[in-house]
Amino acid sequence: MYEIRIHSRGGQGGVTAAKLLALAAFRDGKYATACPFYGAERRGAPVVSFVRIDDEPIKVYSQIHEPDLVIVLDTSIMDVVDVLDGLKADGAVLLNSAHPVAGCNGTCRHVDLTGIALAENLVVAGSPILNTPVLGALAKMGIVTLPSAEQAIREMFSDERNVKAAKAAYEELKI
Amino acid sequence: MLTIATGNKAVAAAVKAAKPGVVAAYPITPQTEIVEQIADYVTSGDLASRYIPVESEHSAMAACIGASVGGVRTFTATSSHGLLYMHEMVHWAAGARLPIVMANVNRALGPGWNTWAEHTDAFSQRDTGWLQVFVGTVQEAYDATLMAFRIAEDERVLLPVMVNLDGFALSHITQALETVEIGDFLPPFRLPHAIDTENPRGYGPMTGPADYFRFRWDIERSMRDARDVIAEVEREFAGRFGRAYGPTEDYRCEDAEVIVVAMGSLGKEAEVAIDHLRDEGVKAGSMRLRWFRPFPDLDLAGREVVVIDRDYSFGFGGVVAHSIRSKTGIEPYSVIAGLGGQEVTYNDIADFVRNRHPGEEMWFGVSDHV
Repeated sequence: MYEIRIHSRGGQGGVTAAKLLALAAFRDGKYATACPFYGAERRGAPVVSFVRIDDEPIKVYSQIHEPDLVIVLDTSIMDVVDVLDGLKADGAVLLNSAHPVAGCNGTCRHVDLTGIALAENLVVAGSPILNTPVLGALAKMGIVTLPSAEQAIREMFSDERNVKAAKAAYEELKI
Repeated sequence: MLTIATGNKAVAAAVKAAKPGVVAAYPITPQTEIVEQIADYVTSGDLASRYIPVESEHSAMAACIGASVGGVRTFTATSSHGLLYMHEMVHWAAGARLPIVMANVNRALGPGWNTWAEHTDAFSQRDTGWLQVFVGTVQEAYDATLMAFRIAEDERVLLPVMVNLDGFALSHITQALETVEIGDFLPPFRLPHAIDTENPRGYGPMTGPADYFRFRWDIERSMRDARDVIAEVEREFAGRFGRAYGPTEDYRCEDAEVIVVAMGSLGKEAEVAIDHLRDEGVKAGSMRLRWFRPFPDLDLAGREVVVIDRDYSFGFGGVVAHSIRSKTGIEPYSVIAGLGGQEVTYNDIADFVRNRHPGEEMWFGVSDHV
């Protein structure tokens, strides 16, 4: 089972990113669950979502304590949350950032999802949309296939710019 | 159709397929998505139903009672404080023999204010005459909601059914969902005692002790008959749609020397714990209790039993543990865990089994021996 923890702030689309990722994995023929952890948080507060992907039906409902992959949609959270907590020794990290982030070791990859969203003018209520471009980056990392990522985005969003943003992230992420 | 959905959306999809004539509901976290989705179906025309946005849960159930006695299939959904706010009408719906279906997204009761999973809300309606089923997956939320209409409306039952799903853990998790073409699985709604304006009768009038007593016995007789009806409907559902259910979901129980009994999402997580225990050589199994009312006969003879209660009856004990004790005579190891959404992992559940003390009660994270 491959376990993913997504860190974001309320309103940034972390919950939707988890659903999109689960849907893409499902379209790849895998079993997948997406499970947001809802606290008392509201818009702007740090939130976590969990995604599990497996070849077998998934029976686990508890939170992910030892993720294989950590995704950080807002690196300012790293000042207040230990996003690497419990990360497996061979685990991976994907950061939404134009630059490498200090304190994150060699397994950290970064891609400027915010810049990609703004370039496509993917903005809702003043916030750039990060949940569709991140799917392209995850496809580049081999978590899901690019066709399934595109299909998942089209199933949930009608605006084709979301697919363009995902493809841009796929191209930009260095592996 | 095969897709992915949350537990809430699965319930709404089943309601769309069941085509109730009236839906009356009041939104409450974590149930809100159910009534939002149904309202969308009604607005888009996907569901030709009268959606009544009431001002309270008490009115929601009252509106369902009025519609149901008028001969219309009805649905509502609630959670926690909403369920308790409608409590008087919950009794009335069963007493008036109205096959209303209600989804209850299990949530703790305040104070302190808490929107996470717990079963005390549903258990507080234990003696109302409602059937209660607890689901363990998104797919089961869909399937159980569909079957609930069929079971409730069977003339041998004619009692309301509450479909329970854990707040957030099931209501908000996204999993695979296969929706079905239900065909004639749900026959047209027919209530034998529906209001007939050509033949006026009294409904709910003053009733003397002798008749009242017979009405109560009649509810219990139907509750007993409901066991067979549930089994019939679940068999037919399996035949038509390929997914089988029973009063419990048993996992690796055949040769088990110790069995974990749990409900809802913890009942599924327990299966993972069982796999780990089996790998260690512990002959363990799990039994996920699906039906709470009518309470099933459980085959636990000769086993040690660990019961996880996501509920508590203050001054008495875990409701499920004591139900099993009174039904089977077995003294279980009673674990109180998961209240107010407390995190309980499969490792924790495996520890409950490893460290069990039959006959004792343990509050997870509070008592000493874990």
